[in-house]
Amino acid sequence: MKFGIVVFPGSNCDQDCLSVIQNVFQCPVQTIWHKETTLPHVDVVILPGGFSYGDYLRPGAIAKVSPIMPAIVSFANKGGPVLGICNGFQILIEAGLLPGALMRNKGLKFLCQDVFLRLMNTGTPFTRKGSRTSGYAMPIAHMEGNYFIDSVGLKRLQDKGQVVFQYIDSQGRVTDLGNPNGSVFGIAGICNEKGNVLGLMPHPERVCESVLGGVDGKFIFESLL
Amino acid sequence: MKAKIFVNYKPGVLDPEAKAILQATHSLGFSLVQSINKGKYFEVELQAPTLDVANDQIKELCEKLLANTVIETFNFEIL
Repeated sequence: MKFGIVVFPGSNCDQDCLSVIQNVFQCPVQTIWHKETTLPHVDVVILPGGFSYGDYLRPGAIAKVSPIMPAIVSFANKGGPVLGICNGFQILIEAGLLPGALMRNKGLKFLCQDVFLRLMNTGTPFTRKGSRTSGYAMPIAHMEGNYFIDSVGLKRLQDKGQVVFQYIDSQGRVTDLGNPNGSVFGIAGICNEKGNVLGLMPHPERVCESVLGGVDGKFIFESLL
Repeated sequence: MKAKIFVNYKPGVLDPEAKAILQATHSLGFSLVQSINKGKYFEVELQAPTLDVANDQIKELCEKLLANTVIETFNFEIL
């Protein structure tokens, strides 16, 4: 599997993704500068975390008009796997590849902490090696992770299995206490209808090496191999 | 021509920031203030052959970039 990691001005998690894919999974991986207009031959595209364009206007709002985006949209429409992490998720939403909106955290604070997640859909290329009965601990680091969609949109997500990750408390329940940012239905990550585009706010690339505190993010990359 | 553009959250979208601003307003003693909505304001200078063309351009700019139409509405006037 060849991975491509898109780098926008202000992306800062691209090197973490690169390092994990190269060193932990020994896969070929390259970065793709946002000004390119075509994708190199890759099997998976990752939009990493960070502060593309300084989050100016709205997080991801300006990145969505970067020259590389039409090629990414085309890749996604043809069924290519696209993974958006944190700012990457925000960019996918602004680009219309995923529905809904990501708003300012309910508590108005930048959150830098571990969260527990439960996996709701093992049918995507990113989650097929995951388990629906395990809890996953991953870190979040965001100010605008509050996922919002209206009730009609939420019902559609639920009916079509597009809710992929939910925040849970230490007892494994989806509760207000376990929800760090006020996301509707405790949503931490969703996929598109076809399941080939996944966006999530937590950082799986930060939990792939036990020396850094955990390996609960590994299954996402393992699923793709 | 100058377009004055206002972008606001749609009614029903929770804005904790506006709520925090309202609380601060009340802390300062402005008890008559009942609600505050926070939005964005843009000024756009453009050259267009007609007002209709300018209107169309600004509307498209709002829909494609300045407003997130999932959660925001916009209105503008062109002078």
